[in-house]
Amino acid sequence: MRGNVRFMQGNEAIVEGALYAGLHFYAGYPITPSTEIAEILSERLPMIGGKFVQMEDEIASMCAIIGASLTGFKVMTATSGPGFSLMQEAIGYAIMTEVPSVVVNVQRGGPGTGLPTSVAQGDVMQARWGTHGDHSIIALTASNLQDAFYVTVDAFNLAETFRTPVILLFDEVVAHMREKVVIPQPGDIEVVERLRTSVPEGTNYHPYLMREDGRLPMSDFGGKHRYNVTGLVHDMWGFPSSDPKVAYDLIHHLVDKLEHRADFIARYKEHYTEDAEVLLISYGSSARSALQMVEDRRKRGVKVGLLELQSLWPFPGKTVRKKCVGRSHVLVVEMNMGQICQEVKKVVSEPEQVFLANRFDGVLISPTEILQQLNMIQGKGV
Amino acid sequence: MAVKDYLRERFFPQIWCPGCGHGIVMANMIRAIELNALKKDEVVVVSGIGCSSRMPGYLDFHTLHTLHGRALAFATGVKMSRPELTVIVPMGDGDALAIGGNHLIHAARRNLDLTAIIMNNSIYGMTGGQYSPMTPFAKKATTAPFGTIEHAPDLMELVRGAGATFAARTTTYHAKEMIKIISKAIKHKGFAIVEVMSQCPTYYGRKNKLGNAVDMMKGFKEGTVPIGSKKKANNPDLIERGIFVEEKRPEYSMSYLELIEKYRVETGKVVRR
Repeated sequence: MRGNVRFMQGNEAIVEGALYAGLHFYAGYPITPSTEIAEILSERLPMIGGKFVQMEDEIASMCAIIGASLTGFKVMTATSGPGFSLMQEAIGYAIMTEVPSVVVNVQRGGPGTGLPTSVAQGDVMQARWGTHGDHSIIALTASNLQDAFYVTVDAFNLAETFRTPVILLFDEVVAHMREKVVIPQPGDIEVVERLRTSVPEGTNYHPYLMREDGRLPMSDFGGKHRYNVTGLVHDMWGFPSSDPKVAYDLIHHLVDKLEHRADFIARYKEHYTEDAEVLLISYGSSARSALQMVEDRRKRGVKVGLLELQSLWPFPGKTVRKKCVGRSHVLVVEMNMGQICQEVKKVVSEPEQVFLANRFDGVLISPTEILQQLNMIQGKGV
Repeated sequence: MAVKDYLRERFFPQIWCPGCGHGIVMANMIRAIELNALKKDEVVVVSGIGCSSRMPGYLDFHTLHTLHGRALAFATGVKMSRPELTVIVPMGDGDALAIGGNHLIHAARRNLDLTAIIMNNSIYGMTGGQYSPMTPFAKKATTAPFGTIEHAPDLMELVRGAGATFAARTTTYHAKEMIKIISKAIKHKGFAIVEVMSQCPTYYGRKNKLGNAVDMMKGFKEGTVPIGSKKKANNPDLIERGIFVEEKRPEYSMSYLELIEKYRVETGKVVRR
């Protein structure tokens, strides 16, 4: 691919992906290990006529990007665990009001202040269920910087396609390491632009009236149509309603629009899986160690492979179930106490057992540790 | 145009109790918008959660009903993206000063061109009458059955300290003064805040035996004086009305546009003018 080859930090690759996708407005609050994203954007955005605002906290940051997105711009905020906790109410508001937005969570150790400068993957379930009420959400992740660039572009595309907040669930290792990234030329990879209504000015526009294909075209807030937006259950006018039918249809719509398209949203990579007897399942920086372990074993003729998940929510259950069939062992590698492992167990019936190799003490899990766990479950001893 | 020409009447009846002061504020806000000769399409109204925050839904402008306390944060995103729009933020006293207190301070500090109208009825009305940060000492509420032992701040002093460049106070009794003040606040280039003392006969009035809406509005008439009135010297309990702060300071969204103008990349190179 033609492109601009550069050596950069993970947070910088995320910025490059966001700008490639058309980011115009960023609001954020400093927090380790995501701060570099804000620092770089405070310089880059005004240079392209975009806006950067350092808000008073993460709550305000999430609220500000929702306001900016409504007016017709692509928006993002970035944070880490404690800030992600603060954003949850406003993420729910973006879900309810169907406002495209991208939220980067560079995960660090938790709970509480936890381990601010150490790696963890403990926010997987928070990304799914952090905000209250029934809903669905998209969360993407990556294990290397080139992929971090691609999934960031993807996050903006999915946010526009589905009118939803998208969570980018990176971790401290991916955000802080440095590697080569090829930045594609404009037009080389797809960028989805906002779907705007064709309803002419001066005509009634219904912000929540679905088209035949299920999509809801937007009208730039403050532009040619005047309408209401509320976080309350609302009708097609965007006006509050407590009609049970309206509530039922709305909640169904918010969940179905993503869950029914789970296959379309599913993103994953396969490494040496074709003939693998043992299948590892991993994501983010722990997938790097898993891949190293797989490559080391392959050199010795051991048939082991890796399924690397790049979308965590909606959980790509069908894919995982299918890929596990016929393996002697399935081992989930992650840096928490088994948040994705539980999801894998829910969908996999063959092989009967799913095992976990993990660390949650702020240290990156190593290929040796994954191998030791595999040896143990295969009865080979450590 | 008449006031009703700015309303979305199909969304009526509104939710406010009989005697509530918020309807007076809504009508006078509309009159102030008209005095500024603003078109409906040029006005955005952003609110949080509470009785007063239900106002935007009834108005035929661009309207955004957001989260409790966060209206100013949402409004910041709107105004920074579309600086040409007039952004008005109606809030309640609990919304603006308790859960949203931090955002109020920082919006004032940035001097972003927003007009915040705080309807101060000294109570949380929507949840049924709990004491708010603006409930005066010793007054009763459902969560202060023996009278609150907390102290209300002077809102004008608070936002002056935070850096608001326009701050004024009026009441629902002083309707003409309110129109003039809100109109000036909208015209002001910078963060403007208007405190409107508003009556809640249903909860605050009933809990504190202040009578009906008319009695409470008479209370505003008798309990307040224009800034600098001699009456205040003899009776320090009187509350002053009028414009407390009116200053010029660089406005945030304009300062940002200047920054863009200065550092925008042209033909691959940063041109520093």
